[in-house]
Amino acid sequence: MEQEMEEKKEGSPLLEIRHLSVCFTQYESLWRQRTVYAVRDLSLSLHAGEVVAVVGSSGSGKSLLAHAVMGILPYNAHEEGEILYQGERLTEKKLRKLRGNELVLVPQSVSYLDPLMQVGEQIRKGKRDEESKKRSLEILARYGLAAETENRYPFELSGGMIRRILISSAVMEKPKLVIADEPTPGLHMRAAKRVMGHFRELADEGAAVLLITHDLELALTAADRIVVLYAGMELEEAKASDFREESHLRHPYSKALFRAMPRNGFQVTAGNQPYGRAAESACPYAARCEYCQESCSQQKIETRTLRGGRVRCLLAE
Amino acid sequence: MLIFKKCMRMLFLLFLVSFTAFMLLSLSPVDPLTVNVGQAALGSMSPEQIEKLKWYWGVDVPPLERFAAWAADFLRGDMGISLLYRRPVSQILWERAGNSLALMAAAWLLSGVLGLTLGIAAGIRRGRWMDRIVSAYAILMASTPAFWLALLFLLLFAVKLSWFPIGLSVPIGTNAEEVTLWERIHHAVLPALTLALSGSSNIILHTREKVIEVMESDFILFARARGESKRRILFAHALRNLLLPALTLQFASISELFGGSVLVEQVFSYTGLGAAAVTAGLGSDLPLLLGITVVSAGMVFFGNLAADLLYLKIDPRMRQGRKKRQVVAEGFWDRKQETGLQKRK
Repeated sequence: MEQEMEEKKEGSPLLEIRHLSVCFTQYESLWRQRTVYAVRDLSLSLHAGEVVAVVGSSGSGKSLLAHAVMGILPYNAHEEGEILYQGERLTEKKLRKLRGNELVLVPQSVSYLDPLMQVGEQIRKGKRDEESKKRSLEILARYGLAAETENRYPFELSGGMIRRILISSAVMEKPKLVIADEPTPGLHMRAAKRVMGHFRELADEGAAVLLITHDLELALTAADRIVVLYAGMELEEAKASDFREESHLRHPYSKALFRAMPRNGFQVTAGNQPYGRAAESACPYAARCEYCQESCSQQKIETRTLRGGRVRCLLAE
Repeated sequence: MLIFKKCMRMLFLLFLVSFTAFMLLSLSPVDPLTVNVGQAALGSMSPEQIEKLKWYWGVDVPPLERFAAWAADFLRGDMGISLLYRRPVSQILWERAGNSLALMAAAWLLSGVLGLTLGIAAGIRRGRWMDRIVSAYAILMASTPAFWLALLFLLLFAVKLSWFPIGLSVPIGTNAEEVTLWERIHHAVLPALTLALSGSSNIILHTREKVIEVMESDFILFARARGESKRRILFAHALRNLLLPALTLQFASISELFGGSVLVEQVFSYTGLGAAAVTAGLGSDLPLLLGITVVSAGMVFFGNLAADLLYLKIDPRMRQGRKKRQVVAEGFWDRKQETGLQKRK
């Protein structure tokens, strides 16, 4: 299994994100503007057949990462860095061709469905030809939804059904890259695990899946690799298997996350995640880190390769 | 069932409205004799004549008794006789309503079409020059009193340019039978335009807000993420979700239209319901005023009722049988879960 993964990694990645930052300009007072970074210096690569989970607590800029790749950031957001798709820069022109075909988004919640349109029509994007109808019925059946679900409106469906409708809408065109933004909140464990299973399935069929979630434990059920985000900054990239043992992990924050998982004792680290401006270049976790030294909050820390993963920490070894 | 409930509510509303109008009129310090007969004429009359006039205007009858008498007649279908015009109220209403309704319907449709298109145009181009021009126009228009606009139009189009007649609903000195439809329309253009323009500003601003809200919603973002065309996003998603608030606005504007028409008809000396209401109010013509009040309240009510019924037709979330459908959906979900469980076992 591990060897297989290494092989996959050797091919050129389908999606490559290099030093991506997303920031907003905010008015601090009437005269003073400030720049708030929602995502800071995030790099990751994603291969076909792979599920990579970006894990971070709320407010760590995860959804904006999805929106940045899809090219649907709000108009007041500013983007830095590079996003490459099949080795080429994802320009607006290219995005226009790919969006909704090769490149699909599975959004967070029912609010992403038009409340006044039947879900079947939404899955098909309004297409009415026989082939589309046949395909949408196939997909519904695949996700355990009855054919008559097509004629329902979003408000008539349960949370689990909505989730499967959202996935259905994504796979209508046989995508190469699936970006799932928080696909599980509001679902009970069994339903959530099944949704994760659907994403694993898509990857096994050859798609690349970027899973964005706050739920590390759930992400581990489906992902090959985990990218840990903290205050919008990437702190560690690890293999999913690294999360079997604390000593395999690299960054103190990932270790804290590990210890916070129910099966590892539910231990909570004191403090809160800083938002936006705090710790612009130095380690954002410094304030909560038990190993923190003076140098940690003085210099810009780059990510470095360590034991088959990557980490942004001066002290990790 | 719903309609029955609404109709009961309407009866109650009409009662309250007519009673309030009646109370206001009877509390007014205007003495019907002084206003309608005149101080000088009254002075030269004999006490018997004055007594007779007092009886005619119902001055000495206790207010509640007058209202009860009017209400009893009204329920029997008799709206009474106008004290000023000395003709049955129903007859006057019929004539005036014909004029006014045509005017208001034209203004209503025009303000709706204008308000909706401009509001959408501004909303989807938020912050661009189109939005700025439309918003500036709407705000300017919203802060312009309708009667002032009417005066302005009179000065410009009737006096300076002589494109339209200066007043009335038909040409002066023409027999009622000889008035052509064209002449009626020609007389209605300026008042209708005034009403429509002053009414549309509200609709523009509200529609613009709603368009911005809808365009910023998650489902529009998702539609963009799915590569749906701008056309489809606007026509299939945005307009669909705009339809309900637009309907509410359009039907709610009926009552404003009535209010506006009173002023505008006055300025244009247009013989409609609004002008009649002013005459009746100032002249203490109780039966006529109450007749007009009840008829206009009824029309506003039916406007709102029409909106409610349209919702039921348009909004799937409000359609009948909704509960049933929901239960079916949930039942299906449970069944699926169970079968899923069995498979796993």
